Amino acid sequence: MGIRIQKQGMADSLRDGGRFGFQHLGIPPSGVMDPVALFVANTLVGNEPDTAVLEMHFPAPIIEFETTTLIAISGADFDASIDGVEIAINQPIIVTANSVLRFSKILAGARAYLAVKGGFVADHWLESDGTQLLVGRGGFKGRNLQKNDQLAFKQTFNYHIEEPSLLPWRANVADCYLGKTIQMIEGPEFKLLNDASKKIVRENSFVISNNSNRMGFRMQGASLELREGYECLSSAVSMGTLQLLPDGSTILLMADHQTAGGYHRIAHASSAAIPSLAQLNVGETIQYQFISLETAEQTLMKQQRYLIQLAHACNFRLHEYLANE
Amino acid sequence: MSITKDVLTCTMEFALPYHCYPIGDQAITLELGHTINEEINDRVMSLFYWLKDEQIPGIKDIIPAYASISLIYDAQIIRKISPKTSPYHFVRTILLSGLKHFDTPQIKHKRNISIPVCYDETLGPDLASLADEKQLNIQEIIQIHTAAIYRVYMIGFLPGFAYMGKVDERLMVNRKASPRNQVAAGSVGIAGTQTGIYPFESPGGWQLIGQTPINLFNPSASSPTYFEPGDLVQFVSIELDEFYQLKNNPS
Repeated sequence: MGIRIQKQGMADSLRDGGRFGFQHLGIPPSGVMDPVALFVANTLVGNEPDTAVLEMHFPAPIIEFETTTLIAISGADFDASIDGVEIAINQPIIVTANSVLRFSKILAGARAYLAVKGGFVADHWLESDGTQLLVGRGGFKGRNLQKNDQLAFKQTFNYHIEEPSLLPWRANVADCYLGKTIQMIEGPEFKLLNDASKKIVRENSFVISNNSNRMGFRMQGASLELREGYECLSSAVSMGTLQLLPDGSTILLMADHQTAGGYHRIAHASSAAIPSLAQLNVGETIQYQFISLETAEQTLMKQQRYLIQLAHACNFRLHEYLANE
Repeated sequence: MSITKDVLTCTMEFALPYHCYPIGDQAITLELGHTINEEINDRVMSLFYWLKDEQIPGIKDIIPAYASISLIYDAQIIRKISPKTSPYHFVRTILLSGLKHFDTPQIKHKRNISIPVCYDETLGPDLASLADEKQLNIQEIIQIHTAAIYRVYMIGFLPGFAYMGKVDERLMVNRKASPRNQVAAGSVGIAGTQTGIYPFESPGGWQLIGQTPINLFNPSASSPTYFEPGDLVQFVSIELDEFYQLKNNPS
């Protein structure tokens, strides 16, 4: 018993923190776009933080629960409701059999994540439950979800309740999302840009173009030029890398990036800024703010410390609540 | 180890040109050169296998390339091991400590693999134009492409896509000006001095000269890719009927 997809969304797939340890074979991690939302959704239902969740874009799916379970939604706010009753994100909810989860519009963000207590039964491939679309493995049958797909839960959740019920606490994750100013560190080829282009990257804004997806965001803005021509040998790339293409445009690599590339690496988004990027929609405008590597490391550490505290608090509340039933 | 030897090793290490830099706040690259060159790639592979054996906690991926090696790491785990230092500097120190392993390049991991390829114009749509450009006939192209033993310098782009080299200068050709939207799985291509095979159908810009009937990716295997970095590969020319026979009856 689990969920049934009554209507499929634009691209709903099971994702975890990523399939690591296989990039030397060209197999990319392809984890969630928003790692904070993965952590928070799982934490709210008492899961291990890396448990696979359902990543949803808008239009999002209509989901029927076949059994009672504990869920949480994090990341984007798509104005969710269960059986017509509005529900908040970042709050644990007990849903009952036959209740239906719908999303009506984008209130904020671009990707919502649904965690269920114990996680979904998934095709475990190369040490990860996450979907690998090209290979057709992992997640649910190696593909995005379709109408009438039934995803089972790994655990049953016995709780006697008549109708869906929000548990009385919420996770405050406002500080984990930094908006449209994206903190970056300089990439190895930043110094090869001419002075005008350096100024453009530092000061201009860029628009996330239509041609953007989980692989990367094609950025629309002033064209960049190198001081001198210089061929790069292909080497590993990472999520958040801002690559300069030969035509002067840039692409910001996201969760489904290839493992290696030969384009110039102008800059890298800091890890703490990745959740903010993941929640931006096509057409939104961003600006880069350059920081030192040390600052990026400190900011990430602060974010991670906050999330650990949050997890402790959530676990305590959940434990207490379920014990008092 | 005597002090003299230590000093000598140190001097040798630092005499080697290298450049270490972050490629993100949880990723680092050590660059050992700017050319496609067996000696440099040997060093990359030595480091790769050394790092794999070390099983350092917090290192999530070790990615060798032509002349560099990159590590993807988890800063949170690294901080637990070394709370006072910057995770980058900690990982950098580990990576640089591996430089001494250059003294004994490990070549035990190299496998010799031969790959059947059908160099037929129906399967290698750029054969004719390559022949024109290089003023060779197709037989000569086949002879040159199959004569060399290629090294798998790195794997990337697609799961299991092996970047091999070096291609004989007589076959050197630039990527196509505009990439194809669809390259068939198994297609063998050339780009500059590199040659490679597409394991999946995908868009691609390499000049296609043939196709292998072999399935280069098996998701059910514990090691799903046909190639590993460091493999030595030779192509063997097969006829069209043999190609379809092997393609339809894989065993």
